[in-house]
Amino acid sequence: MRTAVPEFPEARLRELADRYAAAIAAKRRRVWLGAAVLIAVAIAAGWMGEVSLGNFVENFWRFPAYFVSIAPKFSFATAWSDLADWLWGLPRWARLLGDTLLIAYMGTLSGALCGFALCFLASANLVKSGTTVFVTRRVLEFFRTVPEIVFALIFVLAFGLGPLPGVLAIAIHTAGALGKQFAEVVENIDSKPVEGVAASGGSWVQVVRFGALPQVLSNFVSYALLRFEINVRGAAVMGFVGAGGIGQDLIEAVRKFYFTDVSAILLLIVLTVMLIDFLTERLRHRLLGLEGSTR
Amino acid sequence: MSSFSFENRAGIAQRYPDVFRTDWWQRGRIAILVGGTVGLFLFGIVQLDIPFNRLSLGMVRLGEFVQLMLPPNPGSWAEVLKYLHALGETVSIAFLGTLGGALLALPVSLLAARNVVANRIIRLLTRRGLDTIRGVDTLIWALIWVGVVGLGPFAGILAVICSDFGTFGKLFSEAIEVAEKNPAEGVRSSGGNHLHSVRFGLLPQVFPVLLSQVLYYFESNTRSATIIGIVGAGGIGLQLAEQIRVLEWQKVSFLILLILVTVSSIDWISGKLRFAIIGKRTVA
Repeated sequence: MRTAVPEFPEARLRELADRYAAAIAAKRRRVWLGAAVLIAVAIAAGWMGEVSLGNFVENFWRFPAYFVSIAPKFSFATAWSDLADWLWGLPRWARLLGDTLLIAYMGTLSGALCGFALCFLASANLVKSGTTVFVTRRVLEFFRTVPEIVFALIFVLAFGLGPLPGVLAIAIHTAGALGKQFAEVVENIDSKPVEGVAASGGSWVQVVRFGALPQVLSNFVSYALLRFEINVRGAAVMGFVGAGGIGQDLIEAVRKFYFTDVSAILLLIVLTVMLIDFLTERLRHRLLGLEGSTR
Repeated sequence: MSSFSFENRAGIAQRYPDVFRTDWWQRGRIAILVGGTVGLFLFGIVQLDIPFNRLSLGMVRLGEFVQLMLPPNPGSWAEVLKYLHALGETVSIAFLGTLGGALLALPVSLLAARNVVANRIIRLLTRRGLDTIRGVDTLIWALIWVGVVGLGPFAGILAVICSDFGTFGKLFSEAIEVAEKNPAEGVRSSGGNHLHSVRFGLLPQVFPVLLSQVLYYFESNTRSATIIGIVGAGGIGLQLAEQIRVLEWQKVSFLILLILVTVSSIDWISGKLRFAIIGKRTVA
């Protein structure tokens, strides 16, 4: 079958080609301009941040050297006793790691409950009063913008050393972060069930319970699990400021140059974090899969 | 229609037994779940030895601290200048850390993406490596780098680069894996080699996504850069930790206020930029 390929006259073709070239050139210019701005800002930031390539080149060998020095001494003949030497503090560290996980868990749970209570007040589609929404949002923003370590520093002074300030600091930060994410989920729900419950005479609490909650619960749990993952990392360094968990031992080992202890504790932390990541990811996939199947 | 009025509930229940039957299996599962959650929490209270008697006293003291914080007051103009300089350091740490981490992570994330590198072993090694790097917190990286290049913001930049390298590597490779196959196949079928298909078929698709992730992390890194000063890696965290230790509460609240303003303005800027980038993509 023959088809006629329509061909433009020469002048029209040239015009189109020119326009294409101009568009490409404009895009190139934009990219170059963006790159120039980026480089300028990077140089300014480098000056501000005291970046010194000389220092970097001169001292970089210390970075791999540090890892070499914290590496445990192993010889093939005495592998078992070497391993026992390296992990000499395992019972203590395992207990501290358990504490770290518990701090993260308790912080996440109480923070998630707070965020859960606050998120409905921060969603514009459930609350009529603009002031309530605004105030709740600002409070949540404050909770999540102040880093948890700063809360922990202040709480350690108020409540004394130990896991309690760590739990509270993580809880507050989690309430802020989850409150915002929860509110975003709530604002994206289908409004029909909500209207249905309201139309058949439900109170505000009933509207939330039967209209909004069933739509958002699995997403909430998924976000909370993700936050738990993040909080495990956070709880691992809470001990840096005296707020419980394994961080205390880690910073002591680093500061006092107990090299092999550093590597042992770091390894334990990394393994724990990976395990938690793996487990929560499995759980989340199951949860979201379940949600998909019921739809 | 009268049979659907609420007076006739018994009749409705009789006609639709499945809907009205109590699902004990489901209830039992929920009870176990809630019980386990609460039980673990109670176990935590016992195990961590949470001192409830200190809770009320601590709350009172916290209230005193808040009273002492108000109004925020930096003390003198010289202090303000010092704090602004520290804030500049913090923003620089976040900016260069994010940029460096992203630049380093881009090639590595290609190695970790299933649709770029077919070799399973390379992919697995890259992924586990990235996971290990990600498992170490920014503060710990900062501790290590302070030992390498000395105290100061440069150590902070390197620390943020390290932890972001792990995060971006994972995020980027996931973004690359969900990209459309068709453009890459198109490039290949018109005679391009594998590298061509990555460069012209894959990267243009994922680039806006990656950029928006980078912008998002710039904001979250600003938060973490405010604290790495606690271990001596520069920025405003150093000042903050110092003022908390010497109980200068008015300065503490001033610094917190400064952090709040900075983070929300960066949040605003990066939000605008992100919208511009993603918006452009949906138009094209």
